[in-house]
Amino acid sequence: MLRYVVKRLLLMIPVIVGISFILFVIMDLTPGDPARSLLGEYARQEDVDALREEWGLNDPFAVRYGRYLASAIRGDFGKSYRTNIPVVQEIISRYPATMKVATLAILFAMAIGIPVGIISAVKQYSLVDFGSMATALLFTSVPPFWLGLMLILIFSLMLRLLPSVGTDSWKSFIMPAAALAAAQMATMTRMTRSTMLEVIRQDYIRTAKAKGASQRYVVLKHALRNALLPVVTVVGIGFGNLLGGSLIIENVFGISGLGTLMVNAVKSKDSPMLIASVMFAALVGGLVNLAVDVLYTYIDPRVRSQYVKG
Amino acid sequence: MEERLLEIKDLHVEYVTDEARVFAVNGLDLTVNRGETVGLVGETGAGKTTTALSVMRLLPDLVGRITRGSIILDGIDITRATEADMRLIRGEAVSMIFQDPMTSLNPVMTIGEQIAEVLHLHEKYDTKEEVEHRVDEILRLVGLPPERKGEYPHQFSGGMKQRVVIAIALACEPKLLLADEPTTALDVTIQAQVLQMVRELKEKLNTAMLLITHDLGVVAQTCDRVGIMYAGEIVELGTAEQIFQKDERHHPYTVGLFGSIPDLTRKTRRLSPIEGLMPDPTDLPPGCRFHTRCPHRMPVCEVESPRPSYNGGHLIRCHIWDDRRCSQ
Amino acid sequence: MTEQATVNPSNPVKKRSQLKAIWFRYRKNKLAMFGLALFLSLVLVAASSGLFLDYDTQVIEQRMRERLQPPSSEHWFGTDQYGRDVFARVVWGTRISLFVGVFTVTIALTVGTLFGALAGYYGGTVDNVLMRIMDIFLAMPGTILAVAIVGALGPGLVNVLLAMAIARIPQFARIVRSAIISIRGQEFIEAAKACGTRDGRIIMRHILPNAIGPIVVQVTLHMATTILGVAGLSFIGLGIEAPTPEWGSMLSEAKEWMRYHPYLMVFPGVAIILSVLSLNLIGDGLRDALDPRMKN
Ligand SMILES: Nc1ncnc2c1ncn2[C@@H]1O[C@H](COP(=O)(O)OP(=O)(O)OP(=O)(O)O)[C@@H](O)[C@H]1O
Ligand SMILES: [Mg+2]
Repeated sequence: MLRYVVKRLLLMIPVIVGISFILFVIMDLTPGDPARSLLGEYARQEDVDALREEWGLNDPFAVRYGRYLASAIRGDFGKSYRTNIPVVQEIISRYPATMKVATLAILFAMAIGIPVGIISAVKQYSLVDFGSMATALLFTSVPPFWLGLMLILIFSLMLRLLPSVGTDSWKSFIMPAAALAAAQMATMTRMTRSTMLEVIRQDYIRTAKAKGASQRYVVLKHALRNALLPVVTVVGIGFGNLLGGSLIIENVFGISGLGTLMVNAVKSKDSPMLIASVMFAALVGGLVNLAVDVLYTYIDPRVRSQYVKG
Repeated sequence: MEERLLEIKDLHVEYVTDEARVFAVNGLDLTVNRGETVGLVGETGAGKTTTALSVMRLLPDLVGRITRGSIILDGIDITRATEADMRLIRGEAVSMIFQDPMTSLNPVMTIGEQIAEVLHLHEKYDTKEEVEHRVDEILRLVGLPPERKGEYPHQFSGGMKQRVVIAIALACEPKLLLADEPTTALDVTIQAQVLQMVRELKEKLNTAMLLITHDLGVVAQTCDRVGIMYAGEIVELGTAEQIFQKDERHHPYTVGLFGSIPDLTRKTRRLSPIEGLMPDPTDLPPGCRFHTRCPHRMPVCEVESPRPSYNGGHLIRCHIWDDRRCSQ
Repeated sequence: MTEQATVNPSNPVKKRSQLKAIWFRYRKNKLAMFGLALFLSLVLVAASSGLFLDYDTQVIEQRMRERLQPPSSEHWFGTDQYGRDVFARVVWGTRISLFVGVFTVTIALTVGTLFGALAGYYGGTVDNVLMRIMDIFLAMPGTILAVAIVGALGPGLVNVLLAMAIARIPQFARIVRSAIISIRGQEFIEAAKACGTRDGRIIMRHILPNAIGPIVVQVTLHMATTILGVAGLSFIGLGIEAPTPEWGSMLSEAKEWMRYHPYLMVFPGVAIILSVLSLNLIGDGLRDALDPRMKN
């Protein structure tokens, strides 16, 4: 098991390096001069040139990328061209906001999506089933930012219950999390429902009923655990995506998290910042993925025995 | 105490799906006495499993339903019982061994948990220790080492899984065991062992059994009485001796089924194929259901469904043997 | 096996009857039919809007004296802060969003299919190299990748769409690859190979037609997410820019006026929902129709 985890972690390295390379290329192709944009339109050309020299922007691509990799291996991901603060420090200071929104969103989504999916499956073709499936369909089709704006309209402007921007109190996270949760919730509801329906038809469910167990007991004790695997996958993918930061929702609610950091980095051609933050997002996504795979082994003994052997 | 444990009268079961309405069981009568083993034999699709599931009242939700008839188990009408009553009955008074042991066990629970569960559900024991003790005991009974109760189904072979399924079915010592082809999914050597075991356990616990099978050898060795099923009906019913007796009267289907009827002594005799196919259960023929394949077909067979005729407890449902008709 | 028989493309009659069977199953699904009807009416709106609307005078021309009027019989959806008729703009936006969906997915599909087909058909090193590259792209958050590519390509409608397309290539490559791998080993492919058919021809004539089911489903679902994604980018000012009546950028402008003129938010939002919903319904319906086992 440990060997497997280590192997997976090692496999992440080439992906992360690949990301740095691709973004390096993209940023290289992007027009504009970070030195000029830092110093401003009216700065003297000599100063700009000096800064370019200092950042090593005049070297050929291979040299610059090689230098970047070399220092990255030593743990130095450079300083932001825009703020001159080490990018790692920037990310660490911005990340909690993104993480809070993401965690809250995934919790909302799970707390509603999974139970509703179960009920829908158990009461297939009922009014409840119909209603929750219709809602799920709607939620997959609503743009999260529009939902966010509607929430602001209702809860901030009309009811004045929640703050519309910022990250000052826990209340600030409710609406952005809800806006992001809607789509996740919809996927979870649909996934839970369809796997539950599949599981409920299995022979072992009939065996459990033949023992004299009640419907409720059979669903909670037998079906749910078997249906969990695909649901956990969906939760994992969703959480991984959310932890990467949402550019748009962060913009709507004025949250300066990872997403905002990345957008600003693109806008100001701040390559070190962009590369480090995208690598960070990919790393977090990969870790969540790995965590999900490890979780599988606790849910399903068949998966577990695969790892014990191999 | 009443001699009859299970009495099925005029049972009709339908499956209604998007595409069609399947008439799976059509007026089936069958009784099982206490401690007795009754075999139920018939081609695939005859409605054997459906009959057993009706007794458990575990027909698939929304699709399968009992449309007519009664099933009296130990004085209680299963077709009328509440769901709460059924929960008390299932696993305690009647339990079922399902056709496919490979898929009948929950893959994410240990086999010990799955056996203990039925004891918990019927509150057989007060303490955890007693339950565990009983689980060990029942595992030994079906010939599995109790040490392995912490393992999961995928760690067992097919034959062992079937033993676990049997252990679950017998844990509460039910009065009636419905065994739906308990051995067909297993290979031949294991089949014999499992059957031997079921027979012994049945003796020990004095359980009555409805044994569903394709295997005439198994029937000959195990059953007191045998019902031959065709298109959802019992076409012939009698003691094993009567059914296997060559010079007795038989239903043409039985004759076809047995090819030449084997001796009771000869071992494992497979069903021999009969010309033609079972009628489409969504569109059953009028008259005798078997007339489309019957070598002795008479004009009356196509219009009138035959009444049962009895000969010392030996029932045949065929116009040929209908004495009332002969005397006319 | 019956499965083998139904996927065998050498039998055109069977193929047609298979399509018929799919359509028959699809038609029975009310929601899917509703989605199709909705989508077709959006296409109709998009196609006919050019006939009764003049882009320069009715869609983007500013009439400051008529600004911010609530919905009325004259302006069904009201007017925006520049006095433009919101109804005309929302209607015109249909053209843009459908174009966004179709254009982006076509490019992503074409390139993704190429990569996926190569990887899936040849396997081995080709597969390994291509798929590892795709993994790298898939590991990046899709939106920021698109934003970065737009940065490199420069702003403009087509560049935004290209960026969105590039960001989606890996997903199509993946789907096509796995579809192909599942078909590659089947007998009729082996037979075609044994007859000396060229690889390209085998891929084009035999494999892709049989992989089409899952791909079509993905196409509709991706069109939906692309429309959503582009609306999002336009909303934060990184996508399609004003005065083009893209629904996301209309919402971006409307946001300023939300407190007193909330109707400005409603109509473009509903337009996005309807178009995305129609595609999602079609995609779900197709999936069920293609694979009847998965139903209920
Ligand atoms: N869930 C279901 N939905 C629709 N039809 C069903 C269903 N289950 C069984 N049937 C139909 O009911 C009829 C009887 O089936 P049943 O399973 O009782 O046969 P069987 O005698 O047990 O056959 P086998 O020997 O193959 O187990 C068959 O025609 C079958 O197709
Ligand atoms: Mg059966």
